[in-house]
Amino acid sequence: MPQTRPSLLGLLTSLRLTVVLLVLSIVLVFAATLDQVHLGVWGVQEKYFRSYFVFKPVAGTGFLFPVFPGGYLLGGLLIVNLVAAHLQRFRLSWQKSGIWLTHIGLVLLLVAQGLSGMLQQDNQMRIDVGQSRRFSESFRETELAVIETTRADYDQVVAIPAALLADGAPIQHPMLPFLVKPVAYFPNAMLRMRAQVADAPPSIATAGEGTGIVATPIPVTTKQDEANWPTGYVELAGPDGSLGTFLVSTMLQQSEPFTYQGRTWRISLRARRDYLPFTVTLLKFTHDIYPGTDIPRDFASTIRLRSDDGRDDREVRIFMNNPLRFAGRAFYQAGYDNNDRTSVLQVVRNPSWRIPYVSCALIALGLLVQFGIHLLASFRRRTGPSPRDRAPGAAPSAAGAGLRPSPP
Amino acid sequence: MRRRLPLGALVLALAWVASTLVPRGNAGAFDLATFGRLPVLADGRIKPLDTIARTSLLMLQGRQPVAADGGRELSPEEWLLDVFFRPEQADAYRIFRVDNADVLSLFGLGSGDSAGRVRFSFKELLPGLPELERQAQLAGPVDAAARTAFQRAVVELFEHVEYYSRLKYSLQAPDMSDMSAFLDKPGLLAAGRPGFEAMATFSMLRAVPPAAPSVRADGWRGVGQSLLETLSTGAVDPSVRLYAAMGVAWRATRPDTFNAAVGACRAGLSPRFDPAMRRCAFEAFFNRAEPFFTSLTLYVAAFLLAAVSWLKWPDELGRAAFWVMALAFALATAGIIARMWLEGRPPVTNLYSSALFIGWGAVALCLVLERINGNAVASAAGSLIGFSTLVIAHHLSLTGDTMEMMRAVLDSNFWLSTHVVTVTTGYASTFLAGLLATIYIVRGVASRTLDRTTADSLARMVYGIVCFATLFSFIGTVLGGIWADQSWGRFWGWDPKENGALIIVLWNAVILHCRWGGLVRQRGMMALAVFGNVVTAWSWFGTNMLGVGLHSYGFTSAAFQGLVAFVAVQLAVIGLAAIPRARWRSAPGPGAA
Repeated sequence: MPQTRPSLLGLLTSLRLTVVLLVLSIVLVFAATLDQVHLGVWGVQEKYFRSYFVFKPVAGTGFLFPVFPGGYLLGGLLIVNLVAAHLQRFRLSWQKSGIWLTHIGLVLLLVAQGLSGMLQQDNQMRIDVGQSRRFSESFRETELAVIETTRADYDQVVAIPAALLADGAPIQHPMLPFLVKPVAYFPNAMLRMRAQVADAPPSIATAGEGTGIVATPIPVTTKQDEANWPTGYVELAGPDGSLGTFLVSTMLQQSEPFTYQGRTWRISLRARRDYLPFTVTLLKFTHDIYPGTDIPRDFASTIRLRSDDGRDDREVRIFMNNPLRFAGRAFYQAGYDNNDRTSVLQVVRNPSWRIPYVSCALIALGLLVQFGIHLLASFRRRTGPSPRDRAPGAAPSAAGAGLRPSPP
Repeated sequence: MRRRLPLGALVLALAWVASTLVPRGNAGAFDLATFGRLPVLADGRIKPLDTIARTSLLMLQGRQPVAADGGRELSPEEWLLDVFFRPEQADAYRIFRVDNADVLSLFGLGSGDSAGRVRFSFKELLPGLPELERQAQLAGPVDAAARTAFQRAVVELFEHVEYYSRLKYSLQAPDMSDMSAFLDKPGLLAAGRPGFEAMATFSMLRAVPPAAPSVRADGWRGVGQSLLETLSTGAVDPSVRLYAAMGVAWRATRPDTFNAAVGACRAGLSPRFDPAMRRCAFEAFFNRAEPFFTSLTLYVAAFLLAAVSWLKWPDELGRAAFWVMALAFALATAGIIARMWLEGRPPVTNLYSSALFIGWGAVALCLVLERINGNAVASAAGSLIGFSTLVIAHHLSLTGDTMEMMRAVLDSNFWLSTHVVTVTTGYASTFLAGLLATIYIVRGVASRTLDRTTADSLARMVYGIVCFATLFSFIGTVLGGIWADQSWGRFWGWDPKENGALIIVLWNAVILHCRWGGLVRQRGMMALAVFGNVVTAWSWFGTNMLGVGLHSYGFTSAAFQGLVAFVAVQLAVIGLAAIPRARWRSAPGPGAA
């Protein structure tokens, strides 16, 4: 490190910065691990890793203050530090080849993780034996589906992300002849029949089944075995007045029908859907346990896969550790339900899934080369010290008094 | 004489090892050895009754021998036979270990006559069982991770009582003192239905083999189930008859009849179940030989030899330490291979086997280091890690059978043998670097024995091992990512165990970069390496204590205090390292700071 003056370049390329960033990363990962007990694994990812800063509410003010660098910031700085250091100290030699490979791989890995964080979609497909499906559903995101069912041969779907309902601003859409006005939105709620609640408040809903139901907001859960039930009230309003306020909730099995200007519609809040260019039919589901125990031995779904373009029509067996990859999506056997009549498949869409494989191969190779060079050098010294091993520019070794910083 | 010391030590150790491997016959007239080798299906795998007896006792009371009245000691087989066939006798054995004073107070125990005791009999617990059940039901809904010490102890004891009570229903119903009397009298047999139904519901094991062996072993039935079938078919399965005969003979103390029934039972299984019986015979031998216990004792001896060698006769004692450690290592290797053969699995399948393997890997590295350096430091470190990991493994074995069946997600020998073995090797080497650094610091601060040569040689070892650890923990972590991508669709999920492994990789990278950047010298690197122990212990055990995530199958709670104490010791050692070099008892060399 020739830089001794405190320049920005000197700071950006310094090993000191590397060490500081690595230590900060360790603290971040550790804090996130502990917080998982409270936030759950998804909450933690949003708060700590898919963020530039970790925010903490300051008591009394209601404001969030950044208290620690987040995953994107630390990862980005590590990339800058790495790239800058390598550009500045660029010297192509066999001695450095391992370090080069390792660090290129590392940059790729960080980039891949960033891309996954932004691009990856985790959905699921719940499918009964004999049933066919051509969409998967998001685990966490919900959407308001307004479906026109006027035509007999197809439905016209307008899907509005739940985040817009939470925003509260009226939504106008070219395919809808009315406004969608969010009245209230709860990320998690409990629904009860109005008749069973003693002192229920007056209903917000003015139309549909929702008038007979009381929705009470409850705290969002982050536990892995519990689900949130997003619920909201939306008013539909044409230019000539309101069509009514509807209760929508993922807990309601049925969508609400209504008519407007001679056209028929259904409205519901549901898990966000990803429509597939192919159809999946579950032919068979098996769930084995070890005899005399309840330890699962194997789950397997045998499906028929038919693509819309007619190119594929085949049977596939999806089981633990053996996913199906098709049309940019990967299907994994994730679980089961309904006394083994329903299979739950996890559907992952991540265009960047291959990058980690490449980067890991690079890093592993780089580490092997680098430590191999060290090992060889140390064996050579053992058999007889050679002056070449002390050549300037060589990677510093632990031998003798070599624990001093290496000469520039 | 002094020159012969290493050879003498090795021969002595070998003789002792050999003595533990000699098959022992029956102490009394009953052929308990053959009984212990009989195969049954339990926990999803075919295992010998000997394993059932030993794992039950380890789980219930934390040790294998049973103290009976009059200072007599029962073997695990004798105890199991009493549980099966003389339950009224077995109820009087003190085999329930209860440490929690509040739990004892539920039973009015822990004071007066029973003051100072930690093991109690079923009879002693019996009056308080309704209250125990009530308390267990109260604690049941609380998350396992959030339970108080009392709640944990209540739930554990309740599970143990339940386990013991179910064990009594395995071969005959506890209230049917002579089951063979039922078998040939259709009227009596029909009257036994409630008992058979209870057996079919509660039995912990399936002792009746199918007509032909199958790979999946699902044809095995419990005695109760088989008897219920008898009620409709009229035919009694020969195994049921023989186990009933064993029961009568055991109650009446008639060794000849007992041995005849055991022999017939065994002969009836041959040749159909020969492979299973060979495994069971070997497993019973393995249980009795206790290779890991022998290995543990040898590690203690090796450590003492190595430590003394720094004060006197460095050459001879150092070599003796090396050879004793090598023998202990060979024995541990044999034990691990035996487990792999019995399970048909790679070496690491659960927390217990990870402890065995971490010790094994670290000792293997130490053997290499000791050959290169020859100053007994690596021998001391290796035997200490070997010893500690075997002690940890022993404590982990107290929760039940250590050869569990693998859940569907983990059922992949390929990934178990690549990811798990590599990442465990990474753990082992990080621990080893930390221990070598501890030796450096403690010897340097507290003794005059850390001269320049020793210090430099230790520094070389620590640096080399940290490199090795970085490589293995990184590759292991990455392989884990690839496994995760292959089996549930994400390369990285920020699961606590994944995070733990990542922290190990990052920490090793910190050490290397600090050293390459000249931010630390010898003393600093040692302090950093010691902190590696904290990081690794967190990843190995701490993450399991959170009770969340895909990897929490290895959940354990009792280890928490141990972890805290371990971390405290490591921090104290780092504190020692912070003492300026000039004030260490070992004179500072020119290169050290």
